[in-house]
Amino acid sequence: MREKLIYALGILGTLVMIYNLHTIFLDLPDEAMQGAVYRILFIHVPAVLNAFTFLTVALCTSVAFLSTKKFIYDSISVACIEVATAFMLVNLVTGSIWGRNQWGIWWTWDLRLTSMLICFLLYLGYLLMRPAIAEPTQRATMSAFIGIFAFADVPLVIMAIRLPNVRTQHPGPVLETGGMDPSFNAPFGLGMLALFLIGSALVLVRLHQETSRREIDSIRRELHAV
Amino acid sequence: MRSGLIAALAIARKDLRTEIRTKESLTASLSFSLVILVLFSFAFDLGREELYAISGGLLWLVYSFAGALIVNRSFARELPNDCLDVLVSSPAPGWSICLGKTVAAFLLLVTVELITLPFFGLFYNIAWWHSAGTLLLVILLATWGIAVIGVSFSAVTVNVRLRELMLPVLLYPILIPLLVGAIGITTALFSEDPQMLSANGISLQLLIVFDIMYTALSLYMIEFILIV
Repeated sequence: MREKLIYALGILGTLVMIYNLHTIFLDLPDEAMQGAVYRILFIHVPAVLNAFTFLTVALCTSVAFLSTKKFIYDSISVACIEVATAFMLVNLVTGSIWGRNQWGIWWTWDLRLTSMLICFLLYLGYLLMRPAIAEPTQRATMSAFIGIFAFADVPLVIMAIRLPNVRTQHPGPVLETGGMDPSFNAPFGLGMLALFLIGSALVLVRLHQETSRREIDSIRRELHAV
Repeated sequence: MRSGLIAALAIARKDLRTEIRTKESLTASLSFSLVILVLFSFAFDLGREELYAISGGLLWLVYSFAGALIVNRSFARELPNDCLDVLVSSPAPGWSICLGKTVAAFLLLVTVELITLPFFGLFYNIAWWHSAGTLLLVILLATWGIAVIGVSFSAVTVNVRLRELMLPVLLYPILIPLLVGAIGITTALFSEDPQMLSANGISLQLLIVFDIMYTALSLYMIEFILIV
């Protein structure tokens, strides 16, 4: 059942992605100011929004782990954070390519870019630390702690282009201000959906691996005890 | 509450006494700061204006390196002879252990910083004493932030392989907002630029907000980390 769900999500996500890429590259015209490179919008923004969705899930499961000490929550946290970190990398790389094209530089240290990079590094630290702790309960507890602390950066990233007296090079918010052409709404929504489906499939795969590994670990411990 | 504070004070005194007797992290951190200061002088060959523009950054990089060394020992000190288990199983609540260790780390780090500061002024020819009062306030506020976050993260990494490496990897990204605030206002103080000072007036408030936030979060969360 679980495998069927993973396949279904993955295939559906891929199909939506292919259809959407077709629309983006062949149907939509170039943008007046930016030319062809604006198409990054349909990957760059959905990647980070989906990443933050998974990070929010991870925050909730980290809190849930600390209060219930059930290992399933730890598994969900690590699965979500791993996928979210990959999505954040997608966001950073695509944004960097866009910046090279539009600004002439790959990177600039403004608040939005910097806070996003810090966010990525924080969760990278989370993923680096996990294998360094051998004892399962300790690993899960420490991970939950880091997971909660690291999330503090997420609101900062979101607010970075909305604060009144911060100058940033990053384009302002377009979703809620209606600055986006209505013909972009459908490809944008489908981009969100495609990455969400693919991300969910990946989270489920990782969750499965994580639970299997925990089972193997406990069997190994039992053997050692005998 | 009262007994918790007494326990915190006792732990702080114990940590400080151990440190004064062995001087292990104090000397290491102090000599490391001086080495970093010397290294920086080779890294940059700057004119006076440029030097003042990056002075705050230089100082706080040195302080944050020194800080990581000090807080790293904070819980690692308890590892031999299973002292950590004894500390955790003692009747003192988690927050008072964290508070006590933070106070000790804070005092040690401030000592290192105040000794390093004249050397920094001397090596780089920077007049730091003009606004010594405000500078001291900035140092105290930012150092408390480094100490309180550092101690709780040192509790996280105390049982981790490659502890000395993992702590900075986790600690520095969390500290960036605090360091940015401290660097901005320190540079403004050194260059005595009124325009820059007023622009960085908000940094002082930022430091206070972060201190309160970090302290509350650390003292609350330490209960979950220590009892494993």
